[in-house]
Amino acid sequence: MKILVAVKRVADYNVKVRAKSDQSGPDLTNVKMAINPFCEIAVEEAVRLKEKGVATEVIAVSIGPKVAQEQIRTALALGADRGILIETDVAMEPLAIAKCLKQICDKESPDMVLLGKQAIDGDNNQTGQMLGALTGYAQATFASEITFDGASASVIREVDGGLQTLELKLPAIVTTDLRLNEPRYASLPNIMKAKKKPIDVLTTEELGVDVTPRTKLLKAEPPAERKAGIKVEDVAQLVDKLKNEAKVIV
Amino acid sequence: MALSEFDSWFNQPLSPLYYNEDHQAWRNTLRRFIDAEIAPFVDEWEEAGTFPKDVYKKAASIGLLQMGYPEQYGGIPVGDPFFAVVTAMEQGRAGGGGLYASLNSHSIGLPPILALANDDIKERVIPPVIAGEKIAALAITEPSGGSDVANLCTIARREGDHYIVNGSKMFITSGMRADYYTVAVRTGGEGAKGISLLLIEKDFPGFTQTPLKKMGWWASDTAALYFDDCKVPLSNLIGEENKGFSGIMVNFNMERLGIIATANALAMVCMDDAVAWARERKTFGKRLMDHQVIRHKIAEMTKRILATQALTEQTAWQMQQGQTPIVELSLLKVQATETLEYCAREAVQILGGAGFIRGNKVERIYRDVRVYAIGGGSEEIMRDLAARQLKL
Ligand SMILES: Cc1cc2nc3c(=O)[nH]c(=O)nc-3n(C[C@H](O)[C@H](O)[C@H](O)COP(=O)(O)OP(=O)(O)OC[C@H]3O[C@@H](n4cnc5c(N)ncnc54)[C@H](O)[C@@H]3O)c2cc1C
Repeated sequence: MKILVAVKRVADYNVKVRAKSDQSGPDLTNVKMAINPFCEIAVEEAVRLKEKGVATEVIAVSIGPKVAQEQIRTALALGADRGILIETDVAMEPLAIAKCLKQICDKESPDMVLLGKQAIDGDNNQTGQMLGALTGYAQATFASEITFDGASASVIREVDGGLQTLELKLPAIVTTDLRLNEPRYASLPNIMKAKKKPIDVLTTEELGVDVTPRTKLLKAEPPAERKAGIKVEDVAQLVDKLKNEAKVIV
Repeated sequence: MALSEFDSWFNQPLSPLYYNEDHQAWRNTLRRFIDAEIAPFVDEWEEAGTFPKDVYKKAASIGLLQMGYPEQYGGIPVGDPFFAVVTAMEQGRAGGGGLYASLNSHSIGLPPILALANDDIKERVIPPVIAGEKIAALAITEPSGGSDVANLCTIARREGDHYIVNGSKMFITSGMRADYYTVAVRTGGEGAKGISLLLIEKDFPGFTQTPLKKMGWWASDTAALYFDDCKVPLSNLIGEENKGFSGIMVNFNMERLGIIATANALAMVCMDDAVAWARERKTFGKRLMDHQVIRHKIAEMTKRILATQALTEQTAWQMQQGQTPIVELSLLKVQATETLEYCAREAVQILGGAGFIRGNKVERIYRDVRVYAIGGGSEEIMRDLAARQLKL
């Protein structure tokens, strides 16, 4: 069984991202970057499936600038077998990413595609679902457990009301939620070994994907600063303020 | 990369001038590992004056203890000094200096063994230590002095197939918990040419230890060692008799680079925490940060940290090229600990009373400053060494 895992390069979770002074977008020029945490969970799951003998090959694919190779290397150090970088300097929207992944699916015919449920930069939560529509593969989002039985997979997903179990025919697309697993650390020996694993570099033109953005970013600005709170005397005052000042109840 | 709006020193990318993908990946691994396994417990372990032994095994599980050792002993042969810089920076970020001193005591205990010992000793000692199963220490300093290494007084004389060792060692990191001690003793005449290194093991008869209480580095195990007619088999001689001094010297460059990068990382922590505090805290109707006196303290910290970082990376690069930049390393060690001293002092001032109360990184780092300025070659000795190298 072949598993394709998508990994995205994003600003590290510790970083307080700021808007550029001309408001044209987030300022990432001087920021530590890392692999998207949900993608890391996807890589971990794929590697565990390989260790259990369910998967035979794990391919990590990233779409982004040349330096996104760093995140592919991390995936290789975590245990993926080879990497594919689709190199582009365009700020890619979920649809363009999904179209690129669709091309890779056509080339590689994976049995499963694992993606993070969202990336912590745009928090779009769209790519997996769009890839599902484009490929026609079965899909399950927000997975907290994946098990296999021959040609089908059973996925427990986290939904608002609790847990839902889906049976999927392969090939399938699964997006990962936080509780699916606790990713291992990329150990130093594995970082060094990952250097020998191959990374193919492709372009969006080679894949024939139109990556022109469909939306326009008008303005990026920081959220308004929260004002200091006050202490209310009693419930009556609270209700009064909620009604007449905050206007959140009528 | 040019500084702009300040967030944290540790959220900046590594300079592509010096660091490659492997350094980045290692940095990310350490960041996650330390945030999960170490940072949440640093205060608790400092107060307890120790830390659990399983931290050694955990550190070995990501390859931290094996870094720089040959594959045949289970090591990961990365000789590149930038791995050491990245490691020191990430360890410094959590601000738990004492813990790392003990956790990494093998990094001064093993190199003399690797450089000089016979295969028997290497094969017996190195693998379990870098796997986190055994602890190694280095014992050079004596109650009578540490700077003047060539004049140490612990005596070892031959008697049959043993050495009989008498004397004591002082301020030894991992002194209580180590299994293997690389001990400098006098076997010959005066000066550097009479010094040998012996592998002394925990349960050898005549060998005892007592713990020492310290100003800082509380989580680190520091002890005085006593040898009273301690019997050491001749086969535990590391290298040749009276040729141990060179084994002591092999440590210095990497040890100093580690101290330099750690000191500057701790200075960065002080500045990060001072900035965060001064942005929040209001006095006299405005943010602390809006008082010029405070802003200028931060600017001064930035100036010193930047200069130290630039020279650290340049010096690491020289080492990577195979050079031995002794003048740079000695003076940079002074600059790094002076930068740390300044930043720790000013950060405590900016935090005010809160900076004097236990349980925050700045208070702890303030107490740790002196050990970096004294250990691994004191500021005075470093200046003197540089001056001698320059043949002034
Ligand atoms: C927490 C801690 C852990 C340590 N761990 C270890 C360890 O694991 N193994 C080990 O072997 N040692 C260890 N040390 C010892 C450390 O290396 C020594 O403290 C250091 O080398 C200085 O030696 P000393 O303390 O004997 O001071 P001394 O050598 O007595 O020096 C005292 C003062 O005089 C100054 N001085 C000395 N000579 C001169 C001179 N010629 N000109 C001008 N000034 C001079 C020094 O700079 C210093 O300020 C540790 C020390 C500490 C505090």
